[in-house]
Amino acid sequence: MDFKILLGDDGSGRTYIEWLMEAWGWTLAVAGSSWVVAMLCGTLVGTARTLPASPVLTRLAHAWVELFRNIPVLVQVFLWYFVVPKMFPIFKQIPSFILIVFALGFFTSARIAEQVRSGIQALPKGQRYAAMAMGFTTFETYRYVILPMAFRIILPPLTSESMNLLKNSSVAFAVSIAELTMYAMQVGEETSKPTEIYLVVTVLYALSAFAVNRAMGLVEKRMRVPGFVAAGNVGGGH
Amino acid sequence: MFNLDFTFLTWDMFSKFVLKGFIFSIELTVIATLGGIAFGTVLALMRLSGKRALVVPAAIYVDGLRSIPLVMVILWFFLLIPFIIGRPIGAELSATITFIAFEAAYFSEIMRAGIQSIARGQVFAGQAMGFTYAQNMRLVVLPQAFRNMLPVLLTQTIILFQDTSLVYAIGAYDLLKGFVTGGKIYGRVEEVYILAALVYFVICVSLSFAVKKLQAKIAIIR
Repeated sequence: MDFKILLGDDGSGRTYIEWLMEAWGWTLAVAGSSWVVAMLCGTLVGTARTLPASPVLTRLAHAWVELFRNIPVLVQVFLWYFVVPKMFPIFKQIPSFILIVFALGFFTSARIAEQVRSGIQALPKGQRYAAMAMGFTTFETYRYVILPMAFRIILPPLTSESMNLLKNSSVAFAVSIAELTMYAMQVGEETSKPTEIYLVVTVLYALSAFAVNRAMGLVEKRMRVPGFVAAGNVGGGH
Repeated sequence: MFNLDFTFLTWDMFSKFVLKGFIFSIELTVIATLGGIAFGTVLALMRLSGKRALVVPAAIYVDGLRSIPLVMVILWFFLLIPFIIGRPIGAELSATITFIAFEAAYFSEIMRAGIQSIARGQVFAGQAMGFTYAQNMRLVVLPQAFRNMLPVLLTQTIILFQDTSLVYAIGAYDLLKGFVTGGKIYGRVEEVYILAALVYFVICVSLSFAVKKLQAKIAIIR
């Protein structure tokens, strides 16, 4: 083991450890931005699937979930990166960072939509009726009654989806985003010390995943409704 | 339409470039599922054994693998296996070993949930019959755990099938690589991604549909 290699110069005036930190930053930026896209789309689509009396919207939302859930994330990345710009030339001006955020964000949104839907459906019907009895509109019912409770129910699976998103951001290597996996492959080869390089990258991934886990755990604690037990989740996923 | 041209898609193109990768992807999925469930069940039993010497290594293995991206695990194994066995191995064999080891971590969590879902009375009944621990597991607990978890195990297999595309990182020749290679030869590099997406989509949707049917069937039995 020889970690001194990290202090060496990469040929452009920055050390390998500086480059590593930049790569970590890219990983967090990709994962973070995709998370925002995924949560927004996932909530909208998941909600749409449970809307009463709007069959068209429900069907569209279902199609969205099936489409983005049943194609491998790597293939989706390639579709956004190569195929979409070819079909719609306007996309050629969009930086690859944004394209990868779309790819990861929409892929994850399908999974989050499923969680949101199951959270909403796990609520007793009485909650919806109570809101209706109060004279709430459908929007108000969701905004003030259903979604706040549904999100509390699904926080544990949302935590693992968030960690999955962080791990899945590694596929950005395939379109040469300078994130951690790309760094591992490139610097591992360049320095001929792949073991050391892989090790620091792996540690950074594990650290980031752990941080996401703790952060979500904190949210769960802060948001807890006394006397209300959130559902656990079965393993699997990634 | 949309600057796309699919006229290059012929049986010739498919059989020359895609078929080989397609077969490998299916093989990888089947072997990794069977191997992963077998190894994963052992890990789950270790974690539930209550013996520190078994619980701790299994927990480290499972939680460790679950906290790093699959792509990194693929790279690690590709780097370390030749180092350990002292000779280079192909990307395909390396990918197969990686997927068994990696998926075992996920399957073990499913099996653990499955074993824990069995009512305590079942275990007590087995003990009352004079079964040893091994007999109790093999004859009473595991068969029920498998059946309860079958839909979840199969759903994980669908995810596994999608994940096999990540062997791209070490250049193994799978379904995706088959399409990409064919696309390069025929000068249709964009179109092949749509075809690849379509093939994955059709397979995954049919499998999920089958799992849903199975789930309904199992629900009746119970």
